[in-house]
Amino acid sequence: MTRGPTWFNVTSLVVGFSFLYLPIVLLVIYSFNDSRLVTVWGGFSTRWYASLLENDQLLDAAWVTLRVAFTSACIATVLGTLAALVLVRSGRFVGRSLFSGMIFAPLVMPEVILGLSLLLLFVSMDQARGFWTVMLAHTTFAMCYVAVVVQSRLVGFDKSMEEAAEDLGCPPVKTFFLITLPIILPGVIAGWMLAFTLSLDDLVIASFTTGPGATTLPMKIYSQVRLGVTPEINAVCTLLVGVVTIGVIAASIVTKRQQVQRERDERAAFGADG
Amino acid sequence: MAEEHVAPPVRRGLGGWLLIAMPYIWLLIFFLAPFLIVFKISLSQVAIAIPPYVPTFDLSEGWQAFADGLSELSLENYVWLTEDALYWRSYLSSVTIAAVSTFLTLLIGYPIAYAMARAPQALRPTLLMLVILPFWTSFLIRVYAWIGILKNEGLLNQLLLSLGLIDEPLVILNTNIAVYIGIVYSYLPFLVLPLYASLERLDGSLLEAAEDLGCPPWKAFWKITVPLSLPGIIAGCFLVFIPAVGEFVIPDLLGGSNTLMIGKTLWVEFFNNRDWPVSSAVAVILLLILVIPIVLFQNQQQKMSEKEG
Amino acid sequence: MPWENPDHPPFIEFRNVTKKFGDFTAVKNLSLKIYEKEFFALLGGSGCGKTTLMRMLAGFETPTSGQIFLDGQDLAGIPPYRRPSNMMFQSYALFPHMSVEKNIAFGLKQDKMPTSEVEARVAEMLQLTKLEQFAKRKPHQLSGGQRQRVALARSLAKRPKVLLLDEPLGALDRKLREETQFELMNLQEELKMTFLIVTHDQEEAMTVADRIAVMDKGELVQVATPAEIYEAPNCKFVADFIGDVNLIEAKVTEKTDALTRMTSVVDGFALECDQATDASVGETVWYAIRPEKVRIAEGNVEPGVVNHIGGVVWDIAYLGDVSIIHAKVGEDDHDTLRSTFANVSRIVEKPITWDDNVVLTFDRDAGVILRG
Repeated sequence: MTRGPTWFNVTSLVVGFSFLYLPIVLLVIYSFNDSRLVTVWGGFSTRWYASLLENDQLLDAAWVTLRVAFTSACIATVLGTLAALVLVRSGRFVGRSLFSGMIFAPLVMPEVILGLSLLLLFVSMDQARGFWTVMLAHTTFAMCYVAVVVQSRLVGFDKSMEEAAEDLGCPPVKTFFLITLPIILPGVIAGWMLAFTLSLDDLVIASFTTGPGATTLPMKIYSQVRLGVTPEINAVCTLLVGVVTIGVIAASIVTKRQQVQRERDERAAFGADG
Repeated sequence: MAEEHVAPPVRRGLGGWLLIAMPYIWLLIFFLAPFLIVFKISLSQVAIAIPPYVPTFDLSEGWQAFADGLSELSLENYVWLTEDALYWRSYLSSVTIAAVSTFLTLLIGYPIAYAMARAPQALRPTLLMLVILPFWTSFLIRVYAWIGILKNEGLLNQLLLSLGLIDEPLVILNTNIAVYIGIVYSYLPFLVLPLYASLERLDGSLLEAAEDLGCPPWKAFWKITVPLSLPGIIAGCFLVFIPAVGEFVIPDLLGGSNTLMIGKTLWVEFFNNRDWPVSSAVAVILLLILVIPIVLFQNQQQKMSEKEG
Repeated sequence: MPWENPDHPPFIEFRNVTKKFGDFTAVKNLSLKIYEKEFFALLGGSGCGKTTLMRMLAGFETPTSGQIFLDGQDLAGIPPYRRPSNMMFQSYALFPHMSVEKNIAFGLKQDKMPTSEVEARVAEMLQLTKLEQFAKRKPHQLSGGQRQRVALARSLAKRPKVLLLDEPLGALDRKLREETQFELMNLQEELKMTFLIVTHDQEEAMTVADRIAVMDKGELVQVATPAEIYEAPNCKFVADFIGDVNLIEAKVTEKTDALTRMTSVVDGFALECDQATDASVGETVWYAIRPEKVRIAEGNVEPGVVNHIGGVVWDIAYLGDVSIIHAKVGEDDHDTLRSTFANVSRIVEKPITWDDNVVLTFDRDAGVILRG
């Protein structure tokens, strides 16, 4: 439905997107504020970024977070992709509705419940808490997001492509790696990125399931934020937002380019039958 | 998001079962089992021990000990939840705050989704990207950004004071208003996306047909656009309401000491009071409250995917 | 012809094959023999079980009961990737991330064929399907017709014992489809392979196939050559499904070994057919006659011709090459017979037109008697 822009529509968009972006923009601007008083502009400076490099606690937390995010995203991608395959391909089996319920529930379940329940599991398993427990917890909820992302890619997948491979003599497991995986790869990569950022951002579940020596960056930020706004935290946040934004924009530009190229190819091929 | 495209039963070898087993077993251990444990602990008593509750089950002590432990379980914690006004008031105020915020989000989100769906075709992917992008950036950071804006000497008050609109700073931070702003801001993309999807699919010629038949545009909006975007409205509202009920970060950082939300109550109970059995009971009740909207949401999604074929 | 000799060993045999999906029976206790180097077509509407039958041969579906043999070997328990048949899919199912030559080489590589041989075979297939200049392209850079040829080349590359074609030309436009039908026939003759095609398009089946099996509701209705199917359908369904036909409900009044006389039930005109029938005198049968075998002329009924019916021109459809005339032969407006004639000259002096009185005539051997 396209019609000319009306003043109402333009205003909605301008106001809406300002609301979405202004707080982040202000945060970024004030991370370059020279003044320690966060709300008073004292001139441009990058001193808070420099002081970050000397903040060992923050750097440690960042390192822990990256390790957790990377490991959990990788495992979650494998499990989530398998789960998506099960949902789309495995047909009916005993316990299917329980399975799909367990995939979709974590997407809307409050984090406090997920965090609490996982912690109690680790306690009852007598598992020392730390890096591994946070990683397992993140894997569990991230795999559900991966499953949903990969599932949407698999639903549009022409199953006869796999049949063709088998028909030509390729056994099923090999078919998965030669045909299915390369075709759903964009979905799998998107799933990995989502799992990575979810883990990177998570405060609540990590707070429940972590132990000594495994403080993540969001936990560190949270404990500082409770004491008030500091320019240093603004700087950390700006870095985090910057990295994620660049990643997402780069990914979408690459996808867009491929799509444009593809459409151009298809147009060129069209009509060669004439 | 709901269950869809159930393929007919297929030939399945050992590999097929293995494929199902891996994610299935993982979820049984790390998703379902924890809930059973929460339920069990919600029936236990608090104790000064590690872990801080009794009874603890240890199968190595034999079945007799297990049976003894079983008899020690009681509904005491649930009774306690009904007796202390803090808990039921927390539940009630969580649901109220979530409902009000959902309504506000819809009020703000609808014009955005509508304008996006009516934007020129070439602009739409960019607008969509702009809505999705905040979803990727840290939730905590986005909530944190509001503290600097809303506090007494914050940017909003500075602006209003310098414009002469107010004489003294408005107190917004640490009130429920700040919580509303936080929820609306954080969950806006969740509402705009499904809404945009259903509005974009709306065939423009329907509105032209309505106008052609003598229906003025504002009436056509109510008679055609709104009913046809209803699935998107419902999906979006569920996606805001359900997680907002259990929200912790927003009421904790933006709300005041009198902002009661159950996620925060649970957190305090667990980390500050170290009362694991009571916080488990709180979690069980919260889950029971949320089961209704979650099931409704699932059904709606399923119906939609069936309609699409 | 091998199918005329009951002792000739079949190349493919379905023996009492049944396939059920839950409550739905897709294929019902079906037996069929297909011979080596035949171009065989499975023809039927959607849901008639033709695709299921082919997919069971390829190994994508397992029969609920019954056996399938290929070249003397029972296929039960053999997975698709070990079967000596190859299939061309309706959607072509080209691998989007592989170039044309990689697609064609895919099956050969699965057999661990030495690289030099793979290259030679791919080159040969490219030449056979005239795709040489597109070898490095990806599927999305090809037109519909080119994709179709890649799919064909890929399924032929392994020199399968039988090539299965699932609605292979469905996605092409009419003109290209007709060209490709002839290409397929030439290929089959050249390669001397057994082809099994599934199609819903009767013209396609008639054009390419040596024999056609018409299917309905999971069962074989008639298995015969195209000419037999058209000229001697064995039931009302086949007569109606293949081509255009006038079906006249008639009662048998007299029968000998070489002649059957009938009267039409609705309008009471007499019909005479030089075909013996199993139907007894007094039984109601269907007399099926193709419109092109009904001659039409102006004027009134002349005595002397055996089958003649008087009528009034009700509707005329001019299709360019032929015209179809609907002549009203009874009281009811829908009670019409169709006659087609070729428009052999550009200008007709006194064409038949609406409301003309006409007489429809046809020979004794023009139609067939069908029961049920």
